[in-house]
Amino acid sequence: MNQQDHPLELEGADAPIVRFDNVSKRYGDLTVLDSLNLDIARNEIVSIIGPSGSGKTTVLRMLMTLEEIDDGVIYVTGKPLTHMPKGDRLVRANQKHLRKMRTNIGMVFQHFNLFPHMTALENCIEAPIQVLGLERDEAIERAKELLEMVGLEDKMGQHPVRLSGGQQQRVAIARALAMRPKVMLLDEVTSALDPEVVGEVTQVIRKLATEHDLTMIMVTHQMGFAREISNRVCFFYAGRIAEEGKPDELFSDPKNPRTKQFLKAVLEAD
Amino acid sequence: MFDWNWEFTFEIMPRLLAATLNTLMAAGFGYLIALILGLVFALLQRTPIPAIGFAVREFVEFIRSTPVVLQIFFVYFVFPQFGIRLDPWTAGMIAIGLHYASYLSEVYRAGLDSVPAGQWEACTALNLSTRRTYLKIVIPQAIPPSIPGFGNYLVGIFKDTPMLSVIGVAELMHTANAVGSETYRFLEPYTMVGVIFLVISLPTAYLVRRFERWVRRSLGMAD
Repeated sequence: MNQQDHPLELEGADAPIVRFDNVSKRYGDLTVLDSLNLDIARNEIVSIIGPSGSGKTTVLRMLMTLEEIDDGVIYVTGKPLTHMPKGDRLVRANQKHLRKMRTNIGMVFQHFNLFPHMTALENCIEAPIQVLGLERDEAIERAKELLEMVGLEDKMGQHPVRLSGGQQQRVAIARALAMRPKVMLLDEVTSALDPEVVGEVTQVIRKLATEHDLTMIMVTHQMGFAREISNRVCFFYAGRIAEEGKPDELFSDPKNPRTKQFLKAVLEAD
Repeated sequence: MFDWNWEFTFEIMPRLLAATLNTLMAAGFGYLIALILGLVFALLQRTPIPAIGFAVREFVEFIRSTPVVLQIFFVYFVFPQFGIRLDPWTAGMIAIGLHYASYLSEVYRAGLDSVPAGQWEACTALNLSTRRTYLKIVIPQAIPPSIPGFGNYLVGIFKDTPMLSVIGVAELMHTANAVGSETYRFLEPYTMVGVIFLVISLPTAYLVRRFERWVRRSLGMAD
């Protein structure tokens, strides 16, 4: 693969915190993402919307290094994530490089993925102790603060099986935040929830958006929430960004016929 | 023809019960070896190095496809030709431990595979090391669903210990044979061997179920 066209590092104070530089992803013959170019600025909140199969979740999974990319380079905090410099060119990142770069990114999943054999508190201290090298007391203090922030101070000793979906997802948010990531990825975090608990999770995300120094990229089906919280909305269609813009513009005056069609369909469904 | 002698039965019971202790010890030791080696086999099959995975898989398949009694003979009678001379107990434990390790590695493998992909992804997202992911996240979750399989093979290894009599391990079957050849009475010793095996095997299945529930609960994975 020819990586000459990709810089070794992104320089300048206004360099994006995340950059997808001509990134493609294929499964066999199926192109999931086709030469994606996307810059995300520090503290920006970007929502990714689009029909299923449009590649929107893949964007997050590649950034979390859960999927390898086939072409292009992803940069995080100005440094290549999927690649590493070797001399004056970029080569595929090894595990060590990935582990170093991953500390910048946190992710919350659709199905929570909490560790079922650990209490809410244990879920939140495991990685800070093991990966960040925090003292146990310090990790517990940090986890307690975060669990309080998500409104679960009375559930710290509970195992996931005793918690509702909304509570589990709030623990998962606290667990990801405990690693102090710079970029937070939210992958359809309310899709698996009962309607009556969606609000308690969106409330927490709203809090993150206003109170925390955090860049957020979220894939969502909740158009109202995306419009309210985002600085920018990207509409994905067939592995490409078909349209992007400020939420008010994109939702009230979509330019692309695909966007119009999609928004009409989902808004009617609500 | 059917001349059951109770007096004789009571006379030989102390010897049989003493031998039962040996049988339980053989099963217990063999199982311990199998539990540890089985996990090693299962983990080796998952290494990113294809050659190791392949070699271990083939070895496990080979052990599973050949009779345990042959493996016992092999360790006891063939190893000495390569300079490895073992007493019957050691040879027996190695052979039966290895045999059941191969079966248990499959139980472990199924257990490890049963841990959802989302758990691995969460570990990646939290940047946990592979070692830590296995030890703290994956293996604890792989254990409860594996317990019924482990229980079956525990009964299995217990019932296979009479095979060790062929190399002279003084377990239950070996002792019953000895009693028979000394007294020319086989009905009572062999019947009692059957009764003893039955009395130990039967409650095991029930206890294994209880144990599984207890493990799930103590891991906090069930109410």
